[in-house]
Amino acid sequence: MKRIYVNEEWCLGCHLCEYQCAFANSGINDMVKALKGKTIHPRIQVEGGNSISFAVNCRHCSDARCIKGCISGALSRDKDGVVVIDTEKCVGCFTCILSCPYGAIMPSSDHSVVQKCQLCMDNQMGEPACVKGCPNRAIVYEERI
Amino acid sequence: MNYDYLIIGNSTAAVGCIEGIRENDREGSICVVTDENYTVYGRPLISYLLWNKTTEKNMLNYRPSNFYKKNDVELILGVRAEKINPDKKTILLSDGQEIGYGKLLVATGSSPFVPPMKGLDTVEKKFSFMTLDDAKALAGAIDKDSRVLIVGAGLIGLKCAEGISDRVKSLTVVDLANRILPSILDEKGSGIVQKHIESHGVKFYLNDSVAEFKDGAATLSSGKKIEYDAVVIAVGVRANTSLVADAGGEVNRGIVTDLKCRTTLDDVYAAGDCAESLNSITGQKQVLALLPNAYMMGSAAGVNMSGGEKLYDDAIPMNSIGFWGLHVITAGDYEGEAYVKRDGSKYKKLVTSGGRLRGFILIGEIERAGIYTRLVREQTPLDEIDFEAIKERPQEMAFSRAVRKDDLGGAK
Ligand SMILES: Cc1cc2nc3c(=O)[nH]c(=O)nc-3n(C[C@H](O)[C@H](O)[C@H](O)COP(=O)(O)OP(=O)(O)OC[C@H]3O[C@@H](n4cnc5c(N)ncnc54)[C@H](O)[C@@H]3O)c2cc1C
Ligand code: SF4
Ligand code: SF4
Repeated sequence: MKRIYVNEEWCLGCHLCEYQCAFANSGINDMVKALKGKTIHPRIQVEGGNSISFAVNCRHCSDARCIKGCISGALSRDKDGVVVIDTEKCVGCFTCILSCPYGAIMPSSDHSVVQKCQLCMDNQMGEPACVKGCPNRAIVYEERI
Repeated sequence: MNYDYLIIGNSTAAVGCIEGIRENDREGSICVVTDENYTVYGRPLISYLLWNKTTEKNMLNYRPSNFYKKNDVELILGVRAEKINPDKKTILLSDGQEIGYGKLLVATGSSPFVPPMKGLDTVEKKFSFMTLDDAKALAGAIDKDSRVLIVGAGLIGLKCAEGISDRVKSLTVVDLANRILPSILDEKGSGIVQKHIESHGVKFYLNDSVAEFKDGAATLSSGKKIEYDAVVIAVGVRANTSLVADAGGEVNRGIVTDLKCRTTLDDVYAAGDCAESLNSITGQKQVLALLPNAYMMGSAAGVNMSGGEKLYDDAIPMNSIGFWGLHVITAGDYEGEAYVKRDGSKYKKLVTSGGRLRGFILIGEIERAGIYTRLVREQTPLDEIDFEAIKERPQEMAFSRAVRKDDLGGAK
């Protein structure tokens, strides 16, 4: 399946992907209204500082520990292989945060459930907004075997 | 009837097993027998149900409603397996049926342990807190005037307290131990979480026990008297091992299994809370009664039962639990050198031994905890990573460029 991959050497550390992610998942059409003056809770996180930086988000593992350990069955894999969360079922126990080896799943803004990257298949974008918005191709959306 | 695969118990380990079998074998017939009257639900959700954080419908959606059909599983509800006959390869059910198996999985979980307590038989409203029916019975017996006494300050007793807190007048918890949650926390951690739970109105009597129940009041060993309208017993659980023991299989605290999840009986496997497995940190066999482990062990058993090969050799104790918004994540154990950071109700303890991370406790600040879990599970040599950085916070940056490249750029 197509996944998001990181080209660490190209990352500028500009955090634009985080803003694109927050905007894409805000449900608001106007970027200024969606983001201005707000603390963002993106599903992608840029690590690092001046010399090295890179973005981390869900790897959509084929052997996903988060799914196996979820106490409510809120995490599952959809027909395209995307690891998705059903926030109706999630009870916010954070067992998936304990389980994910990459630290790629996180509490939602009010901490009542978790949120994770779903490759923008759950919003209006239809393709990962972070990848589209990255100015230096430091994250790409492609098939790798 | 005769099935290629027969499973006793219909909870998380059973689901892992079914999904594991179906990775290899789409055709073989599968039958699941359970003495509960529900399709599978996430057992830990019973407290969230009472706290109105989920609904029964959502709970019973642990797997989609077409799960049994899609996986071609015959489900027998409300019937107990009474006996395994390993020579004939059959099991006997409480309704008199005898069912044959090719491979059998015992996934019977555990039962509440109720120690003898003076006068307990006179308590009219007393409950365990293990099943959906337990939760419903408890909910039906309490109201906003109820004073509830919970015996046991472990995970189940305290989750129960949280679950019913908005429905009752008062909650008192008694435990023989001198601190709460001793199975997952150190003393400092216990203190922090206890204080938080107390701030939500729960009263604790630790280092104490019920000497006698009489006329709606419990007299404690310390002499203290507590009036109650209902009592919940949550002192501990015992693995359900008797089916295997009676059939001549080896059991300790749990059913003895090898790395392929086989019991000592031919073609009989065991997984989940009823079974012992290898704690890969200590090298000891023990019951690791946790839902993720039940899934993983069940799934390994399923793969092995259906002709595949999967060793269940990377299990560790690990737990994530929250009380009134304060989250606690722990893994491994705490035998070693500790690095501790405390800031109000936030607490972090990382324990290293032999140059490896052996266990950790995170309270309050739990973000990206899985990176620590990974270090424990994989026993990563700490000199291969930037341990100073990762002590501060879990991060990919602490790994070498090569590891990062594989993590973030490698096919998954
Ligand atoms: C209140 C509560 C909260 C919990 N919270 C957490 C948590 O936050 N995180 C976590 O990781 N774990 C938690 N756990 C533990 C978790 O629920 C278990 O680890 C998990 O359910 C184990 O799954 P299992 O399939 O091994 O067995 P179980 O879930 O125990 O299921 C076994 C099933 O087998 C049935 N059975 C037994 N004997 C027979 C028989 N002879 N014939 C037919 N059927 C039989 C039983 O009725 C039961 O339905 C909690 C448990 C409880 C009770
Ligand atoms: S959340 Fe973590 S464990 Fe789950 S699929 Fe994504 S990267 Fe893998
Ligand atoms: S926080 Fe939600 S998604 Fe994560 S394990 Fe708990 S119930 Fe499942």
